[in-house]
Formats: sequence, structure tokens, C-alpha cells
Amino acid sequence: MAEYKIDDHVDITDVVCPVTFVKAKIAIEELETGQILSVHMNGGEPVQNVPRSMKEEGHKVLKLNKNDDGTFDLIVEKGEE
Amino acid sequence: MAFSNEQIERYSRHIILKEVGVKGQKKLLNSSVLIIGAGGLGAPAAMYLAAAGVGTIGIADADEVDLSNLQRQIIHSTNDVGKAKVLSAKETMEAINPDVKVNTYRTFVASDNIMDLIKDYDFIIDGTDNFPAKFLINDACVMAKKPFSHAGIIRFQGQLMTYVPGEGPCYRCVFKDPPPKDAVPTCKQAGVIGAMGGVIGSLQAMEAVKYLLGAGDLLVGYLLTYDALKMEFRKIKLPKKVKSCAVCGEHPTVTELIDYEQAECDGVL
Repeated sequence: MAEYKIDDHVDITDVVCPVTFVKAKIAIEELETGQILSVHMNGGEPVQNVPRSMKEEGHKVLKLNKNDDGTFDLIVEKGEE
Repeated sequence: MAFSNEQIERYSRHIILKEVGVKGQKKLLNSSVLIIGAGGLGAPAAMYLAAAGVGTIGIADADEVDLSNLQRQIIHSTNDVGKAKVLSAKETMEAINPDVKVNTYRTFVASDNIMDLIKDYDFIIDGTDNFPAKFLINDACVMAKKPFSHAGIIRFQGQLMTYVPGEGPCYRCVFKDPPPKDAVPTCKQAGVIGAMGGVIGSLQAMEAVKYLLGAGDLLVGYLLTYDALKMEFRKIKLPKKVKSCAVCGEHPTVTELIDYEQAECDGVL
């Protein structure tokens, strides 16, 4: 993750769909265009849906890192409002 | 203002929507709507607006809940019969969503109170059941430059239109004056199918929410009619501006609010 300067983190491992995306969306709405959010999520449904929903909202998915414990970190750059 | 976890969950289906999002939901929470009439139209409108998290909702009605109301006025329950409608409505709205502040006005609107009632609200919903009130609400909203949703229901039919100051015709542009006293059957005689209030009142709530969010196109410059028996919706284009309109035209003759004489009515809406 060192290749990106992360502006904010949000942990969505404690919630389930659709609140996973809602929490991520709330976090990215707080940022400015071009800033970068890291989203910590569980494998399975969130990994399938949250990156796709982020793209649909006009944000740029930079990277999805898999962690050793089975969780993922999604790196997203905020798009134009 | 940050959302609590409970709010995130409560409004999740809104926040997911691109047209709403966090900003839109906050807008709704900071908005206010006045619903005039806690009857067939006002009931679903009030419930949806409360559920949506419109932060301040005013409700005006002088009546008490009657057993004959319950076939369509779904905000009231059997236990509420005899209770002031505004109180019964407030209890239901607060039970749906404690985020909402409900202001009750136990009165019918008239020329001497309406300007004061509407002045602090962002949007007005006309859920009344009689022509004098409909013309009064229209004229007051034109004069106070307030957007509002007009609607009316009878039998298996309903209609609505939205007025936004400066953007389209008002109710009086289209309907000019109240009809002669016996031209339209009284509500009591005519009857109304219960779900009609649900269809049209929900559309009024939708118009209010869209206005507050600034999303999509409003029903300005159109009259939408619904015939349930034919299962037909018609969207009728209205003139953009009626120069001869007595209240919003070039030479208005209605410069003060009018209390038209009210026909005997059981309050079907």
C-alpha cells in the first residue's frame, strides 16, 4: 500500500450488505476529488460488490490488496462530484 | 453532523442512491414540509415523508378521527377514533421515525391563518378535500412564493400537479374559480376507493422529496390524472403561463386571500 498516499481509512468488516457500501460511500463523500480512501473489508460479498459500486459512482478503483487473514483493502480514488 | 450507526442503517437505501447520497439525506433531515389535511392524501404523504427523514413535518387539520376515515386514512388506527387527527398522525410519524420533529396545527386553513402556517416550510402538500381550501392554498402559496403539490381524489379518480413559483402555472391558472356549489357531488355522496389516497398521496410525497433533493423533473406545467378503473395515467401538458390568471397573471385581481363558502362535506379525502 506504500505506493499510495491514503487520505482516510474506513473499516466495513463489522457490517453486512448493503451497509458495507453505505459506510464506504459515506467515507468517500467526505473526501475531495483525487483524494484516496482505503476500505477494509471481508472477502466474499463485499469484495464482489463494493469495488463495482464504487466504479458505478464514478470513483477510480486503484488496487485491491488481499491480506493474510482473508480480509481485503480496497484503494479508491475519489472521482468528480 | 455525522450520521449515527442507526441513521446509516435506517437511511441506507437512500444513501446508496446516487441522487440522494449522504448530502441528499442530510438535506432531507434539514428540510421541512407542511401537510394540510391529515386525511386520505395527507396520511400516506406524512408517513412516507416521516420515513424518509424529512426533519420537520407540520400537519394541519381540525378534525377528529372518525370510524369512516379508516378505510383510507392509514395513518390512523381503530384505537384513534375520537382523537384529534393531527395528534394521531404525529404519534404514527414519530413511531415510524424518531428523527422527525412533528408540529401539529389543530385548525382548518383560512385566510387569517394560512400565511402564518406556511411561512416557515420549504414545501406544502395540499391534502384537503374541498375547493375553497384548494384555492386558498394555491393563492397563499403564489403570494408567499412557496412551492406546493396540489391533489384531489374522488371515486376511482385522482389528479395532481406541482407548483413552483416562477416555473409554471398555478392551480388557478388551470381551474380559475371554485365550481358552482352543486356542480360537483359532495364527497359524502361520491365515495372514494381507499387505495386512491395511497397512490396520489404517495406521488405528492415523491414530488416533495424530489423538490427537496433537487432531483429529476417535477410535475410543473403538467396535470397528472389517474383513472383506476381504466388503469390509465395521463400526463396533460398545461400552458407555461396564463397571463390572465387572477392570482399569478400580469394583472392579478386576487390580491387578498379569499374564504370561499364551503359546501357541506363529510371530508372524503
